[in-house]
Amino acid sequence: MAKITFNNEACKGCGLCVLACPKKLLQISSVSNKNGYFVAEITDMAACVGCASCAMMCPDCVITVER
Amino acid sequence: MKELMKGNEAIAEAAVRGGCRAFFGYPITPQNEIPEYMSWRLFEVGGTFVQAESEVASINMIYGACGAGARAMTSSSSPGISLMQEGISYICCAEIPCVLVNMVRGGPGLGGIQPAQGDYFQAVKGGGHGDYHMIVFGPQGVQECVDLMYNAFDLAEKYRIPVMMLGDGMLGQIMEPVELPPMKDVSQLPKKAWATDGTGVGKGRRIVNSLLIEPDKLEAHIKHLEEKYAEIAKNETLYEEYMTDDAEIVLTAYGTVARIGKSAVHMLREKGIKAGLLRPITLYPFPSDVFLKTAQKDSVKKFVCMELSSGQMIEDVKLATHMLKPVEFFGRNGGNVMTPEDIVDFITKEA
Amino acid sequence: MAVVFEKTKMLTDTPFHYCPGCTHGIAHRLVAECLEELGAEGKCVGVAPVGCAVFAYNYFNCDMQEASHGRAPAVATGIKRVAPDNLVFAYQGDGDLASIGMAEIVHAAMRGEKITVIFINNTIYGMTGGQMAPTTLIGEKATTCIYGRDPEKNGNPVKMSEMLATLTGPAYIERVALFDAAHVRAAKKAIKKAFTYQKENKGFTFIEVLSSCPTNWGMSPEQALQFVKNEMQNFYPLGVYKDVEVKD
Repeated sequence: MAKITFNNEACKGCGLCVLACPKKLLQISSVSNKNGYFVAEITDMAACVGCASCAMMCPDCVITVER
Repeated sequence: MKELMKGNEAIAEAAVRGGCRAFFGYPITPQNEIPEYMSWRLFEVGGTFVQAESEVASINMIYGACGAGARAMTSSSSPGISLMQEGISYICCAEIPCVLVNMVRGGPGLGGIQPAQGDYFQAVKGGGHGDYHMIVFGPQGVQECVDLMYNAFDLAEKYRIPVMMLGDGMLGQIMEPVELPPMKDVSQLPKKAWATDGTGVGKGRRIVNSLLIEPDKLEAHIKHLEEKYAEIAKNETLYEEYMTDDAEIVLTAYGTVARIGKSAVHMLREKGIKAGLLRPITLYPFPSDVFLKTAQKDSVKKFVCMELSSGQMIEDVKLATHMLKPVEFFGRNGGNVMTPEDIVDFITKEA
Repeated sequence: MAVVFEKTKMLTDTPFHYCPGCTHGIAHRLVAECLEELGAEGKCVGVAPVGCAVFAYNYFNCDMQEASHGRAPAVATGIKRVAPDNLVFAYQGDGDLASIGMAEIVHAAMRGEKITVIFINNTIYGMTGGQMAPTTLIGEKATTCIYGRDPEKNGNPVKMSEMLATLTGPAYIERVALFDAAHVRAAKKAIKKAFTYQKENKGFTFIEVLSSCPTNWGMSPEQALQFVKNEMQNFYPLGVYKDVEVKD
C-alpha cells in the first residue's frame, strides 16, 4: 500500500521519474501546467510499492511518497 | 608611552587593536612585514591567518570572512592590488565591510619596488568594473596610519564599505615613534544582522551577493550606493590645512609627499614666498569643498600639485577648484622621490 | 501511511530554474537532505558559484554567499576560518572549479580546509551556452569545438578527483553519478560522509558528481542519462579516491 503525489506546478515533464519506476507505472500526461510542461502522472496507484525511485530521480522535488 | 615601530608593523598592530581577527594575503614587496606580523600575532588573540595562493584568492577569502561578519583585512602592493580588483568590485556591490592596505610601489607592470603614488586613480575612481567607490585614506606618517587603521573597521562597518589605506613603500618601511591605542573588546562589537554567520534559516536567512540580474533592481542598488557615498562625503571627509591662511601658493599633496611639501613650505617662507599646503587625508571622498573655498580666496594665486606619479590627484584638484586658479604639477616617478629643495626650485623658477 | 519521501526543509520553496532533466536539481536536493539529516539547520553556510548554479543561493535554506567565478573555495575558506563550528560547503561546476578556479580548489585542498566541495561535472559550460569545458571528453562536441574535442587543438580533459587525491590535505574524495536511482542513493551516501568528515574536522572533502546537461548536449533527458552512464563513466570512473579512515 503506497501513495505518490505530484506537485504539478513544479514538474517540467522531463520524464526521469518515468524511467526510474521499476514497475513502469509512470507516464507523461497530456495535461500541461502553468509553465506549459506536460506533467508526470501515475497510471496504477494500487500497483505502486512506494520504493521512491521516481522521487529519487526527480530533479525538481515534485514527488511525495507515502507508504 | 611611544614605541619605535616600522610603518608596516605598526599598521598591523593597530588593525589587531582595532578588532581585526583574520588576515588573508600573499607576499609582495614592500608590504611583507604586514603578513609576517599577522601570521603570529593573530593567533595570540584568537584570530586566524592564511597565506593565500594569490591575491585573487586573498580578496575572495576577505569576501567570505567579512561576509560572515568577521573583521578581516588583506594587504598588498600595486600589482597585487590590481589582481584583487574583481573581488573589490564584488565586495563593494555586496556591501561587505573590510579593510585593505596598498603599500604602493612603482608601476606600470612589474614596475619597481620603490615608493610611488601611481595607484591613485585605481584606488579612488573604482579600479575594478562597474560603478563603485571605497573610502581611501592617504596617511602621511606612521602615527596617522595607526590612528586611521584603529578605527577603520568601525568606519567600514558603519557604511558597509571597504576602507583602503593607500600608503607607499616609504610609509611601510619607515620607523617612527608611535603611541598605540588600547585593544578594542571584539566581544562587545554590534551583531551584523546581514552577515552569513550560519544561523540563518527560512525567511531569516542571509544572502551575501552581488548579482542583481533585473535592471530595475540593479539600478536601484547603484542609486543606494550613490546615496551612501554622498553620506560618507558629508560625514567622513578629512583634510589638513597647513599655513594656508595667508598663502599665495598652495602646495597640495597626500601621504609622505605632503611631509616633503611641508618642509618646502618653510623653505619658501624663508625666501619670502607665502606658501601653504592643503593635504587631503581622505582621498575618497575627496575634500572638494575646502579646495573650492581655498581657490576662491583672493590671496591664493595658484596651486602646485605634487605627486609621485605622472599626475593623477591633480585631476581631482582641478575639478574641485573649478580651475578658478592655475593648477601646476610637480612630480617624480619610477620610485624616485622629490626633495624639498626640488619643490622650492620648481616654484622659484616658475615665479 | 507515513511519508517516506518529501522535499527537504533545507530547500526553499523557490522552483529550480534548471532545464528539464538537468540533474543539478538532484544534486541540490542531496546536499540539502544531508544538511537536514546532520542537524545542520542554523549551523551552515553555502557558497554558490558562477555558472548554471549561480542562483543556488535562492534554493538552499541556509545562509549563502555568491562567489565570483572560480573563487568559491577561497570564499568558503574565509567563512570557515572565522566560524569553524559551521558546516561550510561550496557548490561548483566544472568551468568554475576546473578552469578559472583551478588554483583555489587545489590550494584549499592542499591546506586541508575543513570545507565540503560539491563538484558538478557535466563536461560543458552550461550557462554560457555549451562551450568546451576542461572536462569535455575527447570527441565530444561543444560550441567552441564543433567537430568534437581534439587533443591536438583543444588539449585533454582533466580528472579532478584523481588529481586532488594525490594531495595530503583532502580527507575524503569520491566520484559519484546521477544516472539512476541506485547511483543517486550512493551519491547521497558519499555527500553525507563528506559532511560528516567535515564535522569531525578530518580535513578537506570533495565529491565529484557526474551530471547531465540535456540542453547543451542536444539530447533528451533520457539520452543524457545514458551519456553519463556509458560515456562519462568510462573516462571518469566512479569510486572513492581518498579516505583518511581507510589505510592502504
